[in-house]
Amino acid sequence: MDASLPAHMRPERSFQGFILALQRFWAEQGCVILQPYDMEMGAGTFHPATTLRALGPKPWNAAYVQPSRRPKDGRYGENPNRMQHYYQFQVIMKPSPPNLQELYLKSLAAIGIDSAVHDIRFVEDDWESPTLGAWGLGWECWCDGMEVSQFTYFQQVAGVECAPVAGELTYGLERLAMYVQGVDRVYDLNFNGRDGDARVTYGDVFLQAEREYSKHNFEIADTAMLFEQFKMAEAACKKYLAAGWREGNRKEHLLALPAYDQCIKASHVFNLLDARGVISVTERQSYIFRVRELAKACGEAWVHTEAGGAA
Amino acid sequence: MPELLLELFSEEIPARMQAKAADDLRRMVTDKLVAEGLVYEGAKAFATPRRLALTVHGIPARQPDLKTERRGPKIGAADAAVQGFLKATGLTSLDEAKIQRDPKGDFYIALIEKPGRDAIDVLAEILPVIIRTFPWPKSMRWGARSGKPGSLSWVRPLHAITATFGPETEEPDVVKFSVDGIETGQTTYGHRFMAPAAIQVRRFEDYEAKLFAAKVVLDPERRKDAILTDAKQLAFAQGFELFEDVGLLEEVSGLVEWPVALMGDFELDFLTLPGEIIRSTIRNNQKCFVVRNAETGFLVPKFILVANIEATDGGRTIVAGNERVIRARLSDAKFFYETDRKTKLEDRLFKFEDILFHERIGTQAARIARMEKLAAVLAPIVGADVEKAKRAAKLAKADLLTEVVGEFPELQGTMGTHYAHKQGEDGEVAFAIEQHYQPKGPDDFVPQLPVSVAVALADKIDILVSFWAIDEKPTGSKDPYALRRAALGVIRLLIDNGIRLSLVELIDQHYDTVVRSIAEHSKSAGKTFWGGKGKIDLLDFFTDRLKVQLREQGARHDLVDAVVGGQDDLLMIVRRVEALGKFLESDDGKNLLAGIKRASNILGIEEKKDKRTFEGAPDAALYSLGEEKALAKAIGEVAAEASAAVAKEDFAAAMSAMAKLRPPVDAFFDKVRVNDDDAKVRENRLKLLNEIRSATRAVADFSKIQD
Repeated sequence: MDASLPAHMRPERSFQGFILALQRFWAEQGCVILQPYDMEMGAGTFHPATTLRALGPKPWNAAYVQPSRRPKDGRYGENPNRMQHYYQFQVIMKPSPPNLQELYLKSLAAIGIDSAVHDIRFVEDDWESPTLGAWGLGWECWCDGMEVSQFTYFQQVAGVECAPVAGELTYGLERLAMYVQGVDRVYDLNFNGRDGDARVTYGDVFLQAEREYSKHNFEIADTAMLFEQFKMAEAACKKYLAAGWREGNRKEHLLALPAYDQCIKASHVFNLLDARGVISVTERQSYIFRVRELAKACGEAWVHTEAGGAA
Repeated sequence: MPELLLELFSEEIPARMQAKAADDLRRMVTDKLVAEGLVYEGAKAFATPRRLALTVHGIPARQPDLKTERRGPKIGAADAAVQGFLKATGLTSLDEAKIQRDPKGDFYIALIEKPGRDAIDVLAEILPVIIRTFPWPKSMRWGARSGKPGSLSWVRPLHAITATFGPETEEPDVVKFSVDGIETGQTTYGHRFMAPAAIQVRRFEDYEAKLFAAKVVLDPERRKDAILTDAKQLAFAQGFELFEDVGLLEEVSGLVEWPVALMGDFELDFLTLPGEIIRSTIRNNQKCFVVRNAETGFLVPKFILVANIEATDGGRTIVAGNERVIRARLSDAKFFYETDRKTKLEDRLFKFEDILFHERIGTQAARIARMEKLAAVLAPIVGADVEKAKRAAKLAKADLLTEVVGEFPELQGTMGTHYAHKQGEDGEVAFAIEQHYQPKGPDDFVPQLPVSVAVALADKIDILVSFWAIDEKPTGSKDPYALRRAALGVIRLLIDNGIRLSLVELIDQHYDTVVRSIAEHSKSAGKTFWGGKGKIDLLDFFTDRLKVQLREQGARHDLVDAVVGGQDDLLMIVRRVEALGKFLESDDGKNLLAGIKRASNILGIEEKKDKRTFEGAPDAALYSLGEEKALAKAIGEVAAEASAAVAKEDFAAAMSAMAKLRPPVDAFFDKVRVNDDDAKVRENRLKLLNEIRSATRAVADFSKIQD
């Protein structure tokens, strides 16, 4: 931890200081520090900086915060640690550096988790995303019995084999910050690190939103509109994919990113419909399959772009 | 003699894979050594989260020389053949070949000596192959090299390989090879946090000691012992007892290189939760042990965690952190439990309408309806109250929809019983919910309460008939729906409880129900899921399972075929097997079996010769010898007596009756020549032999018994 930081910026006192410390640490490892993607998504992995950039031969090192929306996890602000909106901190390094575990442990030290007094463990976790057509092997990283991060070596993303393999780290920011700040309720997190009247908590920022969105996700969201949006996003994605091939040959693609946006959209709309309870068990599988097919086609398009490493 | 030390140092290996990996490594290396003519004295393999290690001692320094002879052309053969022979064997001229005389002529023989290679060179050749072909259940690629084809796959990134070879008294050599850019050496690393520095090692002895000094306990058994001893001690010091858990101990020992057991507390208030929920929460999610009061057996608000470090603060932070997590987890569990309590089990059932049990069989709701119906049929047979059996069948699966079971699937049944008690169900009904899954295997508890027995049978028979109906039977090692286990469960329920029933009748009746149920499902899904076959035959499957079961109990499974003969009452089959087995152990039994087999053999031969059978009653007027008459008389008496005994299901008495046949049968074969010159007498004697077979068949088909 950086001792020169003013008190209100220290990761163990301030949620924003905590995020800044992680960003600074990974910036020093050569990562580009991106800002959140401007779309609703279920996890940082959906950000094209991970999903698409993990593909192809070009090196890529990036870190960013991604607001993650999981409509089903909403609890109307009444559960101490479950929310329908939270932050993930995502690091992606391609190819995975040989010392990625050491870097990860140093990043924990940078946010105040000292491995001399904490019990840090790498516990098996085979990661799979059926909607993204992706899988990898790695661990849940435990600190004193609490899962604080996921660590994955991507083997396949969007149906494409990773060559070379990228390493992905995902930190659950609220959970880690709660541990470091020593609070049991997420809404009690000190957001800005100030005291007294100047103090702003996580609840001040997000509690109202949790209540409103929980109601929206479970009770109000317009399902007829959402079903329509799913179809529209799916159709648009397919349309952009088909139109993107330069001169109609399947050598170079020019629209992978806009097409992938529609895939992200379809995925989030599906999550909302799922939260509304209007998708049956059998239909659920077929929706997941449809999103996966979009993701795979986008992956295929991306590896035919210049940034994706097409020759 | 020299020894090998091999260590494969990697990132954290999943706990569940470590033991098998160590065993595979030992087996693959030693098999290959032996195949290369390097017979070793002993080998031992170890695993920690970060390494697989192997030591093999008593390996000869060199392979033995191999001498082989190769036969060449005949003396005077064409020059081309001679040149070919010389080239193939490496001889410079025929002068170096021996000549061997043979009835077919004189041949050149080349003696080829293949000198043995140094063991270290052999190792350098076999080890990389073993590493590249190692059978991990799941493996992965990593790093820059993963962009190229042919890159190494390992369970997690592999960082270093230590491989040394040499005699105990000397400085060993490194077995030189490289795999995907990793060069072998003598450098390994200690504990990730407490002693991460590089360590130079020579051979197993100093390797293990240096690792220990660097806070790594290499041997998983030692780690387990340490954890168990320390955990028991911690519990004992507080006046409590550790709730031992072999599976958890195994897993936890695979998560640490330097185990440190620590004890933590949780709030007394959580003890209002059922003990199983507390244990599942703490065990599954946190991989911690629970602690109980030695006298009452009740849990106490303590848990024991196993850390991987000796923390500089004595573990205070670690315990506090684990306590926080356990508190949060138990709060969740309590919330789930309290939520569950708000809804009665039967009020959950409508959801099963939307849940498929199997896409071609239908919904879970339809399955439950079939189970209710079958349980009602079974209830009077097993002595259960019909209404209670129906109620229990109806509620048996309801807990699958509870929050607690959603979170902890292993509590299925347990929670159902618990919630049923709490909502005031009849005790037998409540118990049947948990017990209907039993017996889950050959050693599991077999329910005895009649309602439990009825529902347990209904559950298993329905699953068997349903999968038979859609022709999804187990094949070879594939039995995804555990149908063999279900059939064994039925067998054990019937036998252990002494229940008699006609299995075929029951199956046929239930098959009609299943067919109707699948037809409805097909209709609502707009597809055809059922081919419309007329009948299913499950009896053979049951008798096969019965044989397996008897064999595992050390009983005469081969007698099953001898007694089945159209029987479908499993209890009676087993009783007959028991009686027959006992009989066959007696002298009377052994000799009678021999006599009957002899009769069958003779009949078989003569039937073949004459291309006819010898059915029908023999003609008493044609008996000329006393032994014939005596045998005929005995057959008549014994057949009547044995049939009467079988009718009374007194199989022991049936066997005693059979025993009376032995002296006349023995005497008959002693004195009487079956193949008499008079064709009529011969035919009559063959008919008499046939009578022996048919008289004994009421008890068993002796010809199907193996000696």
